[in-house]
Amino acid sequence: MTSPEMIHSPGMLIPLALTLAAPFAIWLAREDENKREAMSFIFSILTFLSVLALIPDVMHGKILTFTLFELIPGVSVKFAADGLAMIFAFISSFLWILTTSYNIGYMRGNKEHAQTRYYICFAVAIFGAQGVSFSANIFTLYLFYEIITMFTYPLVAHHEDAEGFEGARKYIVYLMGTSKLFLLPAMILTYILCGTLDMHLGDALTGMFPKDADPVLVSITYALYILGIGKAALLPFHNWLPSAMVAPTPVSALLHAVAVVKAGVFSVSRIMLSGFGVETLNNLGLGLPTAFLAALTILVASLIALTKDDLKARLAYSTVSQLSYVIIGVALLTPLAVSGGLMHIAHHAFSKITLFYTAGAIYTATHIKKISLMRGLGRKLPWTYGAFAIASLSMIGVPPVCGFVSKWYIVNGVMDPAFLPKWFYTGTGVTWAGTALLVALLSSTILNAGYFTPVVFSAFFRKPAPEVDIEKYSEASPAMVVPLCLTAILSVVIGLYPEFFLGLTRIFAKF
Amino acid sequence: MLESGYPVVTATIVFPLICAAILFGLRHPGAVRLFTLAASVVEILIAVPLFTKFSMDTGDFQFVEKVSWVPEWGLSYHLGVDGISYLMILLTLLILPISVLCSWTYIEKRVKEFHFCLLFMTSACIGVFAALDLVLFYVFWEAMLVPMYLLIAVWGGDERRYASLKFFLYTLAGSTLLLVAIIAFKVSGGTFSIPELMTKTFSFRFQCWTFLAMALAFAIKVPMFPFHTWLPAAHVQAPTAGSVVLASILLKMGTYGFLRFCLPLAPEASVYFGPAMIAISLASILYGGAVALGQTDIKKIIAYSSVGHMGFVTLGIFLFNVKGVQGALFQMLNHGITTGALFMMVGAIYERSHSRQMSANMGLGKMLPAYMGFWGLFAFSSFGFPGTNSFVGELLVLVGSFQFNLWVGAITIPGALLGAAYMLRLTQKMAWGRPRSTKPSWHDLTTREWAGLLPLAILVIYIGLAPGLVFKLIDPSVDKLLKDFKARTVNSALAEAPLFGLDFVKK
Repeated sequence: MTSPEMIHSPGMLIPLALTLAAPFAIWLAREDENKREAMSFIFSILTFLSVLALIPDVMHGKILTFTLFELIPGVSVKFAADGLAMIFAFISSFLWILTTSYNIGYMRGNKEHAQTRYYICFAVAIFGAQGVSFSANIFTLYLFYEIITMFTYPLVAHHEDAEGFEGARKYIVYLMGTSKLFLLPAMILTYILCGTLDMHLGDALTGMFPKDADPVLVSITYALYILGIGKAALLPFHNWLPSAMVAPTPVSALLHAVAVVKAGVFSVSRIMLSGFGVETLNNLGLGLPTAFLAALTILVASLIALTKDDLKARLAYSTVSQLSYVIIGVALLTPLAVSGGLMHIAHHAFSKITLFYTAGAIYTATHIKKISLMRGLGRKLPWTYGAFAIASLSMIGVPPVCGFVSKWYIVNGVMDPAFLPKWFYTGTGVTWAGTALLVALLSSTILNAGYFTPVVFSAFFRKPAPEVDIEKYSEASPAMVVPLCLTAILSVVIGLYPEFFLGLTRIFAKF
Repeated sequence: MLESGYPVVTATIVFPLICAAILFGLRHPGAVRLFTLAASVVEILIAVPLFTKFSMDTGDFQFVEKVSWVPEWGLSYHLGVDGISYLMILLTLLILPISVLCSWTYIEKRVKEFHFCLLFMTSACIGVFAALDLVLFYVFWEAMLVPMYLLIAVWGGDERRYASLKFFLYTLAGSTLLLVAIIAFKVSGGTFSIPELMTKTFSFRFQCWTFLAMALAFAIKVPMFPFHTWLPAAHVQAPTAGSVVLASILLKMGTYGFLRFCLPLAPEASVYFGPAMIAISLASILYGGAVALGQTDIKKIIAYSSVGHMGFVTLGIFLFNVKGVQGALFQMLNHGITTGALFMMVGAIYERSHSRQMSANMGLGKMLPAYMGFWGLFAFSSFGFPGTNSFVGELLVLVGSFQFNLWVGAITIPGALLGAAYMLRLTQKMAWGRPRSTKPSWHDLTTREWAGLLPLAILVIYIGLAPGLVFKLIDPSVDKLLKDFKARTVNSALAEAPLFGLDFVKK
């Protein structure tokens, strides 16, 4: 194992500066909506390019770090670009470009109000996502995590009606409540135990906690982190996500399939791997309870998804369950499973954003929200439903769509006896705990199929509902349909060529 | 006994008094305002040597001035500044121009007298923070009461009589006990000089009694639960500038007193009463937050939030560890900046709506975007959003309390959550709530209001991201304070006594 080369470089400040400048540019161009949207486009493309420019260095095993401010010794605003950071920075900046196009179609198509505020908050949320991905320490992570929370609040409450405020209230209560009650003390305990909040970058084994730290306190700290990162939507703090679906669909798409929830699972993975490290987690036996909590979340959310007739609600519960795949992969603590889990951050993003895009396109074209009324619509909206079908296959885990690849790695990780922890594989056979996890993973796949295939099937092959006149409907504007087709195609492309994200996870974890 | 060119501390105390005297020669209210504003700027210029010549290498008193006053009683005019008082003096200097700016249109009657009170109070406040003689300290301490009383009683709201009287009685009761303690120190220690008394050791029994007398005076001033009831009344009734000065400076005198007198002069008693003080601090944090959550009057919310925030300060002080005391000093500064700004903003909206009720000030997001922008920043700062000033202080106090005892830390956390809860609720209502009546046509922030708020906003972010300078200022004094404190409690059996069970995280 070669130790990675740490270089002091402000490279990742460029995407951060661009995303920070974007809201101001949008504000200045507020008078003319074409100019305003052009600003969103320009900044999203520039951001993506600047993220792209960091990839060669990272791929060569270098880690770029930069300290911007030091608050107190050990607590600083410090950034780092490594493999894991690049995964999240890449997807959030790339999908911002597509979502900007989609936003324009949706916001103008539905004649939404307060669009300037909307675009500003959107850009700030991406700023937060970039900041979370490049965080080199827990304070920086917390800072940007909270920025995301605060600036997505106006997006969730966008409609400013009773339902919107109620959803947004729940959103803020869950996210702020968990972060203040659990994440803040977790951070403080970490500081007391380690004397610093800087995470251990370079490999996923060592972690930042000293070897002689009180195991009880370290375990308490770990539990506080898992509870405190509400954005990961683990049980029992998952309920904000379905409520946040009152937001306009592009918000649900980018923020609740990519930026917000991925910031959550990204933070959990980052803290598990770079904060605690595989060795500490194995020594304290913390992988097992985490994996079980994630498995429980997967099953419960999938079961609830089955019962939902509202398309966005079904997608929301699907997100809750899919997020836990990332956590289960990381919690298994074996190289293949961790790779699979981390890849799922990207893979799920591409596919789930496709699903949300289609939900919004269907709503803009037909104003139908309920799945039971969507029968036969597939023939009228073939591109939209085609994309939906592809993305559903990814969610279920059917090859060659990308969702398959990450699940393949996770399940293979389960089977990999060389690395498996003792609680899972005794040497002669899989333990009850391992069996339970395998059963949960497999049954979740069946449940995924159970709530996605009927949507696709009835859209293409069943007669329209009598109260719906499908003849008058046609595809939504190209500004919306093109992005959703692109993300669907990308889901397949990544499924066929998964090396990019796989490479990044390997560069990061260095098993 | 002067260290630098001219007696800078005396100059900053005397200059406002001279200006206050000149005020009576002015006729036109506009001239009075302009003159006071100019005077407040000149006052900062006079204090420039304080900025440039302050040494950050020592925790000793600097800019010391000592002149014999009443030799037969051992009184002397003795002033000096260390890192702790330095911060408070800076805050006082900063708040004066801001309180002039926020009274520009708010105060319409007796303009001259109003500004006289402001100037007089500034002098007295600087005196309190710089005095190194107990009697001198007491003189300044009492001198500041009168203008504050007048500010509430003359320019206050409808119930100003009740509020001002309550304020006066509470603080007077406290300061009487303070006087008793001062005389006791003279009788037992033989001097009024604070630096000299700091080197003397008093019997434990004596320490306990003086500690109680001083702590009660300071606890009323802070205010700590259950001595806080004067504060909401005073804040709500006081004019904007009164609230700003009260929140930013006067409350700090209580915590300053703990740091300057209780810890150094009665160290063993401080340890003995430490757990009780921590318990009261925790009660203040939780009580202040919980009560703030139930208010509908914006000014009352900010007032109760002060009780909670000052609870963090007293908690930090009585943890007796570096992080705790650093955090307490930070929170003193931060609370001054943030709460001062919030009171100023409440005043600004009151001038438009003529109501302090939340329901009368809703839906401002679209109407007053700049106002809401500033409000958002200060509200975030108030509940310790990372990247703002209060986060640094809150983090330090929390780290200190977790180091001290896991349970103390754990009880503090809900206080932090309550802070977020009431501030976010208030901000949400103000930004998005539905106004009850037809939309009025209020104007957004004026240039004058911008001028008052912008420096505070810059400080919020600057201290939030780069607090290094503040650390450099306070660290030597904090180290000296705690070193002396530890040295004087180490021989006492009490120092060995467990403070509160479970101390396995204590380093």
